[in-house]
Amino acid sequence: MGMVGAIVLKRLALGVLTLFVVSLLIFGSVNMLPGDFAQAILGQGATPEAVESIREDLGLNDPAWVRYLGWLGGILTGDFGVSFAQANFLAYAGENADLGGIGSVADQLIPRFKNTLFLAGVSAAIAVPLSLCLGVLAALFANSVYDRAVNIFTLSSISSPEFFLAYILILFLAVLNPVFPSLSNVFADMSFGEKLNRTMLPALTLTLVVTAHMMRMTRAAIVNLMASPYIEMARLKGLNPLRVIVTHALPNALAPIINVVALNLAYLITGVVVVEVVFVYPGIGQLFVDSVKLRDVPVVQACCLIFAAAYILLNLLADVMSILSNPRLRHPK
Amino acid sequence: MDENAQLLKIRGLRIEGRTDETWIQIVNGVDLDLKAGEVLGLIGESGAGKSTIGLAAMGFTRDGCRISGGTVEFDGIDLVNADAATKRSLLGKRIAYVAQSAAASFNPAHKILDQHTEAPVQHGVMPRQKSQEDAIELYGKLRLPNPGEIGFRYPHQVSGGQLQRAMTAMAMSCRPDLIIFDEPTTALDVTTQIEVLASIRDIVEQFNTAAVYITHDLAVVAQMADKIKVLLKGDQVEEADTRTMLSNPVEDYTKSLWAVRSFKRNQKQLAAEGSVPVVELRNVTAAYGKVPVLHDVSFSIHSGRTVAVVGESGSGKSTAARCITGLLQPGEGEVLFDGNVLPADYRKRSKDQLRQAQMIYQMADTALNPRKPISEIVGRPVEFYLGLKGAEKRRKVDELMEQIEMEPAQYIHRLPSELSGGQKQRIGIARALAAEPKFIICDEVTSALDQLVAEGILKLLARLQDELDLSYMFITHDLATVRSIADEVVVMKEGRVVEAGPKGEMFTPPHHPYTDLLLSSVPEMDPDWLDSLLERRGIANGGEAERVGV
Repeated sequence: MGMVGAIVLKRLALGVLTLFVVSLLIFGSVNMLPGDFAQAILGQGATPEAVESIREDLGLNDPAWVRYLGWLGGILTGDFGVSFAQANFLAYAGENADLGGIGSVADQLIPRFKNTLFLAGVSAAIAVPLSLCLGVLAALFANSVYDRAVNIFTLSSISSPEFFLAYILILFLAVLNPVFPSLSNVFADMSFGEKLNRTMLPALTLTLVVTAHMMRMTRAAIVNLMASPYIEMARLKGLNPLRVIVTHALPNALAPIINVVALNLAYLITGVVVVEVVFVYPGIGQLFVDSVKLRDVPVVQACCLIFAAAYILLNLLADVMSILSNPRLRHPK
Repeated sequence: MDENAQLLKIRGLRIEGRTDETWIQIVNGVDLDLKAGEVLGLIGESGAGKSTIGLAAMGFTRDGCRISGGTVEFDGIDLVNADAATKRSLLGKRIAYVAQSAAASFNPAHKILDQHTEAPVQHGVMPRQKSQEDAIELYGKLRLPNPGEIGFRYPHQVSGGQLQRAMTAMAMSCRPDLIIFDEPTTALDVTTQIEVLASIRDIVEQFNTAAVYITHDLAVVAQMADKIKVLLKGDQVEEADTRTMLSNPVEDYTKSLWAVRSFKRNQKQLAAEGSVPVVELRNVTAAYGKVPVLHDVSFSIHSGRTVAVVGESGSGKSTAARCITGLLQPGEGEVLFDGNVLPADYRKRSKDQLRQAQMIYQMADTALNPRKPISEIVGRPVEFYLGLKGAEKRRKVDELMEQIEMEPAQYIHRLPSELSGGQKQRIGIARALAAEPKFIICDEVTSALDQLVAEGILKLLARLQDELDLSYMFITHDLATVRSIADEVVVMKEGRVVEAGPKGEMFTPPHHPYTDLLLSSVPEMDPDWLDSLLERRGIANGGEAERVGV
């Protein structure tokens, strides 16, 4: 296992390096956004003096590299900074309470991020087993009516816009048959069951979106192996076709499947803004869009960094699991 | 089962294969009879339909093939019309299969023992625990090292010869009535082949299992089979019991197969003392990364001579060739051409130095660009090395095609995929000749070819050598090839030269012990060869002693 450990460490180090590069990109591009927070928050009342004063308060007049280093230093010590919007609100409210507790980016992000993870988790718990089963069955009955039907269904669901799928689900599962609530505003103090109930419709929508990709990769990876000599051998042992696929083809087809699953999980964390908006789900995607609108730079940067970290970590996990799925690497000669 | 009962009965079997959208008949009405405990050898060149018939005997056809006529009856059950469930209940349990490449046919994801116990457990023949114990006993009978432990390894952790025996054990796991052996030793070195052959024969005799033994190697089938059936392009040529077939073949085709090994050219005189060799390796040591492959290798090749470099896979034959071509830089030692030291790296050699040494590869299929017509494949080195263009280039290509006995007008516009295996190898030769070299490395050039075709290639190479005064380095593991074409022989083992000298000397005792092992391992047509060899080597014929107890 020493070799696998070394690979994981190497990948982790590379991941940290990638995150660093990403932080540069994020900082650069966020700073290239037209307009600034002071303009956005003051709107009509943006007199040059007021703008200047807010910019001064928030340190927006410092040179870019100073601001970047300050931000980076903060992240490294676990401090994502203070949300402009919150800080500004408190300052105007004349509150003297220390800003660190209420206005920090972390305070805004963490509950939202937890919600996002919850939604992603529920969706993944439905979508991953479902797509694997559908894919295995599609490989088992390759080129049959079932295979084609599943293909057409999943392809059309991935090709439809997410909000359209969401409204169709609302129509059938909330309006015509009131099974699930159509609004998914979850709160921290809800019971798990209630949260689950409210999350079900967005989770089902996301399932429809990600299933096609995973199911088709499962099918393709298995079908690809069906001509190999060890599959022929398994068939010549008189095993039933399902067993041939599940115990003989699937273990050897895992690597590409794992990679596609990881990509889709990352999508569930980072790409769900539309679904969140439709169902009023308080996830990180909404926060991100709102913050961009407001030019609330610290929040936008933190969101981007979390998205990047999710991609990097999930892909790292996929790499490690692909390696572990290969007996040649697990059991060297 | 009754000792003389008819186990397998095939009548008028016709099988079609699909190419593009049309079905082409590849097996044209074959009959086959097998009694319990009998071993039938199926022999023929590639494309004869041997494997297809072997699989059809199990009621199985590969994708893109179908049984279009005839009957296959196994113990009275009609396998052509049986439903899938009926066939599944027979496969693995009463009819088992041993594939050509055990390395590819064992699932890389599961331990050997788990794959062994799968069929008995799934067919309900015996519980897992009992099957495991049985496997370990079978491994012992097949003389696998560490029988108690080897099953707990993954396939990639076990050598090819051992895997092939483990696969035979796996076929035995349900004690089937019939086993189909599909070229089980073709991928193995001669020395390993012996052990596997002996193991297979023992165990088949011991359990009185009937077998269909498919091979293209006559000498192998002579050791294994009670009777032999010869196939040619999907037709049955003749069938007789082994001894009759070997001593008295009736059909011309069978006779021609039997005669293949007779091609032998005269050995040339040794080069004069003190003459400068064309190619010389001096104390070459080389490694792939940190893995040493060659240790202090020296040999030389004189003008107009063929030096055969022989040894098992992994002995360093091809690595020596890579050092000569400059693809691999030796750690120590040097390569000389016409007495001058060659730069170690091919990128530092002059165009003329590169031109003088050419290569012909084992797999003509992959060595020719599939998208280029023959005129370009052969024309490219003509232009690159000789600087010929236009009409001169075309004339040279035509000339080369005539040298390799292929009609230029008919072939130069074709793609490699439109040629047969032997023709592709001829194009490989033409491409090497196009550079007008003095020295050609032939890397296992005949090992992928059928015997008759291979003989044609060897004759062509011999003729070209005489006409053009070429020197060959002939890499091979096939001693029959060495016997027919070499002037001198270099025997390699584990990266060292263990013996070197003129062919006549090599094939007459006393040998180096390793050379002796190699030479004595080449199967001979005599059906008693394996028995007497095993006796000489003192390998107890395991079956004898144990059968008493069974």
